[in-house]
Amino acid sequence: MMPVLLWTDGLIFLLVAGLAAFVFVVRRHEHLAAPWRRVAADPVAMAAAVVLLCFVAIAVLDSLHFRPALPAGPQGEIQYAPEVKSVLDRTLAPLTAHQEKSYSAPFATRLFTREAITLADGRTVRDFPRLQYGGAALADPDAGRASDILVRTATGLAGGLAAWLVLVWALRRPLRRSAARGPILYTLLAVFLIAGAMVALAPHYHVFGTDKVGQDVLYTTLKSIRTGVLIGALTTLMTLPLAIGLGVSAGYFGGRIDDVVQYLYTTLNAIPGVLLIAAAVLMMQTQLETHPDWFETGAERADLRLLFLCMILGMTNWTGLARLLRGETLKVRELDYVVAARAFGVSNTRILLRHILPNVQHIVLISVVMDFSGLVLAEAVLSYVGVGVDPGMMSFGNMINGARLELAREPVVWWQLVAAFAFMFVLVLSANLFADSVRDALDPRSRSRS
Amino acid sequence: MTAYLLRRLLYAVPILIGVNLLTFALFFLVNTPDDMARLHLGVKRVTPEAVAKWKAARGYDKPLLVNAGAAGLAKVSDTIFFEKSLTMFAFQFGDSDDGRDIADAIKTRMWPSLAIALPTFVIGLLVNITVALILLFFRRTYVEWTGVVALVAMMSVSGLFFIIGGQFLFAKVWQLAPISGYQDGLNAARFVWLPILIGVFGGIGAGARWYRTLFLEEAGKDYVRTARAKGLSETRVLFRHILKNGMVPILTGAVAVFPLLFMGSLIMESFFGIPGLGSYTIDAINSQDFAIVRAMVFLGAVLYIVGLILTDVSYTLVDPRVRLQ
Repeated sequence: MMPVLLWTDGLIFLLVAGLAAFVFVVRRHEHLAAPWRRVAADPVAMAAAVVLLCFVAIAVLDSLHFRPALPAGPQGEIQYAPEVKSVLDRTLAPLTAHQEKSYSAPFATRLFTREAITLADGRTVRDFPRLQYGGAALADPDAGRASDILVRTATGLAGGLAAWLVLVWALRRPLRRSAARGPILYTLLAVFLIAGAMVALAPHYHVFGTDKVGQDVLYTTLKSIRTGVLIGALTTLMTLPLAIGLGVSAGYFGGRIDDVVQYLYTTLNAIPGVLLIAAAVLMMQTQLETHPDWFETGAERADLRLLFLCMILGMTNWTGLARLLRGETLKVRELDYVVAARAFGVSNTRILLRHILPNVQHIVLISVVMDFSGLVLAEAVLSYVGVGVDPGMMSFGNMINGARLELAREPVVWWQLVAAFAFMFVLVLSANLFADSVRDALDPRSRSRS
Repeated sequence: MTAYLLRRLLYAVPILIGVNLLTFALFFLVNTPDDMARLHLGVKRVTPEAVAKWKAARGYDKPLLVNAGAAGLAKVSDTIFFEKSLTMFAFQFGDSDDGRDIADAIKTRMWPSLAIALPTFVIGLLVNITVALILLFFRRTYVEWTGVVALVAMMSVSGLFFIIGGQFLFAKVWQLAPISGYQDGLNAARFVWLPILIGVFGGIGAGARWYRTLFLEEAGKDYVRTARAKGLSETRVLFRHILKNGMVPILTGAVAVFPLLFMGSLIMESFFGIPGLGSYTIDAINSQDFAIVRAMVFLGAVLYIVGLILTDVSYTLVDPRVRLQ
């Protein structure tokens, strides 16, 4: 196989590396580590962090892309498949292979719609045909289904429990002195039990049903996680240089620079957010459509579009953080030690790096974690408006968009919507809970209040 | 006061020019009118004649900034920049790409938008403040804890869920409201109550939480402690002191978004088939009608600036300490 590094893959690895470096630096400086220790002692925050880490892990697995090798040609040359796969695809291979004809409900053994079936004696009847893969192991789908599901779930749960016990044993040292040990372990238990049951059930049933073209909804949902996490994380990465650079220099230098920066963000704020994003995305779409030669595969095209979307969201999102940073810098710049540094003739760059930035960094961190959940939610809305990610890319927004009209069917096709909303809810809720705790720990104002 | 307002209005001019230039750059420089024409006519198998005809019909066949072929003032005025961008300052939005007058559409579509946005906003404000006050009243009890958890959970639910779920339950299953559509006059109530209800309910999570932090900040101040110390009842402290002072940021914040209500709600209107400005915008985005998107961007910017000025004025009205000069 041939490894493929898409733009967003590179950036997500960069982000993970940056996070690791940040943790490394923070651990070595007591004054930086102190607020984070408070976060680590907060049971709710740590439970949320565990869930978030699971989502991020799936996103990272889904970012290891490659193009599988095709069978060698007559001259023995190696060719690569045109479509790009990820490690997650490889892991979920049974799910991708189990393609049905059309809709089927969760745990169903028969298709959702009637079809003409030719019986063994040559007669044709209209009935719900058996699924090709869902419950295929059953001899009698109607009688044996409940007990089969129960047995498989039980084995899955037992497996999850066993894996959890091993993990508890492995983690007993690092977690020994953690104040949030219980919540971390119990959240892990929940994750392991769910994962265990899924692993046991998914190869034999469509746990979340199948969609219009018969694809397993569990697979689509898991693939959507990467899109959501990327939009939340990469957008903030795009925002930071602009927001920090412009906000801090406006506050520190004042005068003409301040005027220009203020003018810039008032102007950008004046344009309604969705419209500015829509306008920019429409333009980007036209560009992509007139330059089909920019990318080799469909995945690269979708990826480039996602990257541009993050950039556009970043361009429209930096104003809030820049304004906060400007205000805080205005305050910090008048503090005695900054004035003293200036009196000693320390250069502006040095003052900015040594004295200003470390004292406004908490604002940056708080806004990064607070913005994440909003961006995940925004993706769904933007996809609905038609200016979100590539329509061919799996994302929560596209899932909802594709499924919402099916609510008008009789009987209702509900599983796609429920799966997308449920996963999105868990992701956003844990991000919100974690963000709250980070804000409480890092914001000096809230520290004095409580 | 008048002098201050005048100055603020003058200050708005460079911002509007900036918005104008930005949209011009986005719509005409990044992509040329040729690109737009090809997008509308289909990328493949487009003859240059068809592109030229499309451009001529919509007035996109002129030079961008300077018309070298024209004489006198027409050198500047007979250009795309002048005709499509500068004329917006006189609220001359021109025709949409499918040939209809944009200003007319805005005038008729404004009312359905307001019929939903205004009640949603007012009722939402009242409900959110009430919820925030209740949570404050039950400070440090299980009521507060449960309430805060519920708010965070509601905040984490996608807005689309409330709309899709609400429409499904109320309109389809219980058949209490029409699924979509709109009628003028008093009949409108039949169509708008469900979007309003959903809008208010979906906004509680973020809204009430935000107001709660505002009130909490107010509750931590010295004068509140003084009020309690001199023996005022808790309700009196809450309503006469905390609510009254907490209303200053709430009201001024509300005034800032008030003008933007005219723009309507994009998602709500398109889900419920309300012929307002929000669905107008969404349709324009979907059919890639750039003339309408440009007009709406400019309109939004104007309304935003009106909101900023109203905020300043309302500060002097509610807070006697603030003086405009």
